Amino acid sequence: MAEQQLVTCSIDGIEVSVPKGTSVLEAAKQAGVLVPHYCYHPGLPVAGVCRMCLVEIEGIPKLQIGCATQVADGQAIRVNTSDEAQRARKGVLEFLLINHPLDCPICDQAGECELQNYVFQEGQASTRYSPTYAKRFDPVEDFGGDILYVPNRCILCTRCVRFMEHAADDTILNVSERGDRAFIGIHPDRELDHPWAGNVVDLCPVGSLLSKDFLHKARAWELDRTPSVCVGCAQGCNVNLDTRGHAVVRVRPRPNLEVNQYFMCDHGRTTYRLMNHGDRLEAPLVRETGELVAVDWDHALARAAQIVKGATGKAVLVGSASASNEALFLARRMLDGFELTAAVHVPSVGDDVPLAGVPDLALRSERVPNARGAAALGYSDDFDGALRAVAGANLVVVLDGDLDGVTPEALEQAGNVILIGTVLPDVARVARVVLPSTNVAEEDGTFVNRDGRVQRYLQAKPSPGMARPAWWILGELGMELGGGEPIGNAEEAFAELARSVAAFDGLSYGKLGVGGAVLAAATAAGVRS
Amino acid sequence: MHDTTAHGPVFTGERRTRLDEILARYPTKQAGLLPALWMAQEAHGWISDAAMAEVAEVLELTPAYVKGVVTFYTMYHRHPVGKYFIQVCTTTPCNICGAEGVVEAFLRETGCGELGATSDDSRYTVIEVECLGACGFATPVMINDDFIEGVTPENVPDVLKRYA
Amino acid sequence: MGYPHPSHPKETVVLSEYFGDADARTYAGWVKRGGYEALRTALAMEPQAVIDTVKAAGLRGRGGAGFPAGVKWDFMPKQKSKAHYLCCNADESEPGTFKDREIMRWTPHALIEGCAIAAHAIRAETVFIYIRGEFTEPIRVMQAALDEAYKEGVLGKSAMGTGVPIDIYIHRGAGAYICGEETALMNSIEGKRGNPRIRPPFPAAYGVFGMPTTINNVETLTSALHIIKRGSDWYKGLSLSNPKSTGTKLMSVCGNVVRPGNYEITMGFPMKELIYDLCGGVHDGRTLKAVIPGGSSVPVLTKEEAEACLMDYEGVVEAGSMLGSGGMIVFDDSADMVYQMMRIAKFYAHESCAQCTQCREGTAWTVRILEKILSGKGEMGDLDLLLDVGEQMTGKTICVLADSCAAPVGSAIKKFPEEFEAYIKGARSPAGVFA
Repeated sequence: MAEQQLVTCSIDGIEVSVPKGTSVLEAAKQAGVLVPHYCYHPGLPVAGVCRMCLVEIEGIPKLQIGCATQVADGQAIRVNTSDEAQRARKGVLEFLLINHPLDCPICDQAGECELQNYVFQEGQASTRYSPTYAKRFDPVEDFGGDILYVPNRCILCTRCVRFMEHAADDTILNVSERGDRAFIGIHPDRELDHPWAGNVVDLCPVGSLLSKDFLHKARAWELDRTPSVCVGCAQGCNVNLDTRGHAVVRVRPRPNLEVNQYFMCDHGRTTYRLMNHGDRLEAPLVRETGELVAVDWDHALARAAQIVKGATGKAVLVGSASASNEALFLARRMLDGFELTAAVHVPSVGDDVPLAGVPDLALRSERVPNARGAAALGYSDDFDGALRAVAGANLVVVLDGDLDGVTPEALEQAGNVILIGTVLPDVARVARVVLPSTNVAEEDGTFVNRDGRVQRYLQAKPSPGMARPAWWILGELGMELGGGEPIGNAEEAFAELARSVAAFDGLSYGKLGVGGAVLAAATAAGVRS
Repeated sequence: MHDTTAHGPVFTGERRTRLDEILARYPTKQAGLLPALWMAQEAHGWISDAAMAEVAEVLELTPAYVKGVVTFYTMYHRHPVGKYFIQVCTTTPCNICGAEGVVEAFLRETGCGELGATSDDSRYTVIEVECLGACGFATPVMINDDFIEGVTPENVPDVLKRYA
Repeated sequence: MGYPHPSHPKETVVLSEYFGDADARTYAGWVKRGGYEALRTALAMEPQAVIDTVKAAGLRGRGGAGFPAGVKWDFMPKQKSKAHYLCCNADESEPGTFKDREIMRWTPHALIEGCAIAAHAIRAETVFIYIRGEFTEPIRVMQAALDEAYKEGVLGKSAMGTGVPIDIYIHRGAGAYICGEETALMNSIEGKRGNPRIRPPFPAAYGVFGMPTTINNVETLTSALHIIKRGSDWYKGLSLSNPKSTGTKLMSVCGNVVRPGNYEITMGFPMKELIYDLCGGVHDGRTLKAVIPGGSSVPVLTKEEAEACLMDYEGVVEAGSMLGSGGMIVFDDSADMVYQMMRIAKFYAHESCAQCTQCREGTAWTVRILEKILSGKGEMGDLDLLLDVGEQMTGKTICVLADSCAAPVGSAIKKFPEEFEAYIKGARSPAGVFA
């Protein structure tokens, strides 16, 4: 690759070198200066219409918009150190508020509203718009799908229109009418139910496009935000889990240019519901005289270790492609001495549902987050074969696996069944030991997406009852079985994995960072790094 | 002439041929949008959602896109209008020459009563428009495609005689 | 000539010579009057030589911006790697301006000739004449002339038999002032909302359909034909004073004058003579109050400023306004400047494309403040507010529509404060519908 030509400029006195062609707005980000803006979004074509990002550039008489102006070598750009630019921004804010209702108390966007934020940061304390004039009023419109349009709050930044036109390649939104009568219009016979349409809610800088699913559920300032990875499919979109108390209330995309840019699909957005399921296993259970009874962890782990130790020969590991690499690895290692059949179920639903305008981004037909990780860790995808092998096995370990298709008789016949999972399927009631594990929102861990990218997710909420992360359970079991060092956290589990599995060689949580890193084998195969 | 009931397809037969001739001038089909909308309006007197959908289909656009464009241009009617659509310029140059009096005269003489309304006999719709580009001939008035210069409140009845 | 009035001796009639002469509309009539000689001359010249001639003549854009036409043509790529386009801006929509309409109505072949000359100069095979939708008659006349020109072999695959391909088509607008802005015009041709585009890229690099494009006003292109015909020295020599403003200019004069119409004057002509001699002054018993000299988007001149003004690009700037498109709106002492400023602001609010915040909201706000003043509810602070809102609307948007609203209003407040104050202080009763 050719060296990129760099240009050096200063922004509010901070010198920064950026590739030639970089916009003032992006260069300012590099310098740690946020140029306030509305219509600009790095994932969309530049519109240059909100006029909020006006900056002063030495030598140019008029203010220029930061989003559409490329920096030039030696330029001195002023954002917050320019009275003129600040006055212009104040002006834009005042203009935007002319027709914008001050209904923040009942607006879902309040607390994460860019209009509210910038007005608070640098707007005027009061408007000069006479109260004798009526504000523009148009009723709320149900755009269909999950989306409501509140035209009164719309600042016509056109992000939603550009998203549907350029990213989704489905022009069903438009700007209708002219002047201050303009609004966002929709195809007369369609609903905004495109499988990626939910992004317009994230893109809307104000509370004009709202999610019906999230409507009036929480105030933005009550939410905690935790980086995670979407479990909806094998794409591995980077997400944030927004939690209030012990509940995940929404999933929103977290930018990762290598995976999902700034977007996620609507299917992925619904996955938070699974994270809040109520019918969870909350205590370890062991079989005593035909009944599963709740016990403490020491007791349960000792019993499980006893079972593993007592078995020989054929073992089946019924894994899950939604389990973390850490858990999958430890479970696999625990059963190294056996004649082992290990597999995961990779459900396939229809075809990929791409976001047409963004390369390599789709809701994948493989609706699990870690099929690639499971494969790299030695799990087969011949899940039916594994289930068939259950009947003749001396030991069956179920790691949050899907047991559909297994009969209680087969499990009964296997006898030594240990289940590690979040729920107890009816068929698994014959297990000897049941160990309650956490779900993706309740633990740290990693998945490998379909392109071989290893990505971390973080714990967003407490686990129910006595449930513990599967890597902890398996680490403790490992201790019971063979001693060695205890595994104190997911990072240590991953370090252990990286030492043992060639594909993960050299990786660590530090190295994965927030954007992830690609498996050695995947790099060799020419996958983007 | 303003058919507001029988909304058959616009682009059949001779109109389709004419549209194809127009499309040949441009490197994109999209560029045929304004001409196609003019043809649709010519055919039906106004542009309905169905007409927009047809235009969209013919030009490989979406109806939402077409609607965004239609609502930008004020000469496309999105509702049926009277048989005679009367547009009176009231922008500054005509305004200082008495254009508002001309508007009043038309509202009175046509029986429309108010701007944008269609007279009970469906013959007339009167609107004020911004600058018609004939400021030296105040007050210019457009009645359908006819451009009439020098209209005064006094000669409005005469003008209307031609549009009965 | 001051069509519909006979030519005045003080006019210099070049473009308007045949206004009112129906015979000049036909191909035969046009040829009889020396038509298409200039095109034949131009087609025999190298494109660069055509550009150089127009450059040397000092012809400046007649649409309003006054940018040198030859320089604009020179921006076009010299090595043609893709299609080039010429767009003729016949969207004449600036209140007060109605000159292009007459050029098209009376001398359609002059415009065709001018377009073809420019197309050859910039190596464009296709010309779109973008005519505003309301101009039904000019469209009919232009179309008839185009049909004739094709029939006579002037246009087509081999223009005038020279092997140079030139096609000219009319693209009809549909009611949007802003489509007279060159990038909005290109979007409108492309079948889009007439939204102005952010620049760069400039049209010469990335214009209509993404191809190198030049956009010229009707009067500019028609002037080019006379430059080719009679030479750049002749054209330059027409200027009365300023070497930077050359040739003749059609001034559309309207409003409160005895003989409104299009007057062709040489650059540097005194505004006083134009108003009083050519147009017959204001009506009996009235006195001149104010003039908007360049279409409604420029600052207002007082009587004194107007009477001292020499009419060329620099002269009008010196007087405190701009020559713009040459649309002169004359106000006599019966005009209510507050009400008329409201009408002007309303025009721009109606025409704002809705893209830029300052324009979309600012034009509408300006109207509301003016309406408040007109209804007798104004406060003195409203005048400062209007000026401040106007300042926020100036120089901050993609195109100059917002500026065009702010400029006349701001200048009227500064030059006729007593009229605004009269409403605010109750010395004047609420006007019109606000009463």
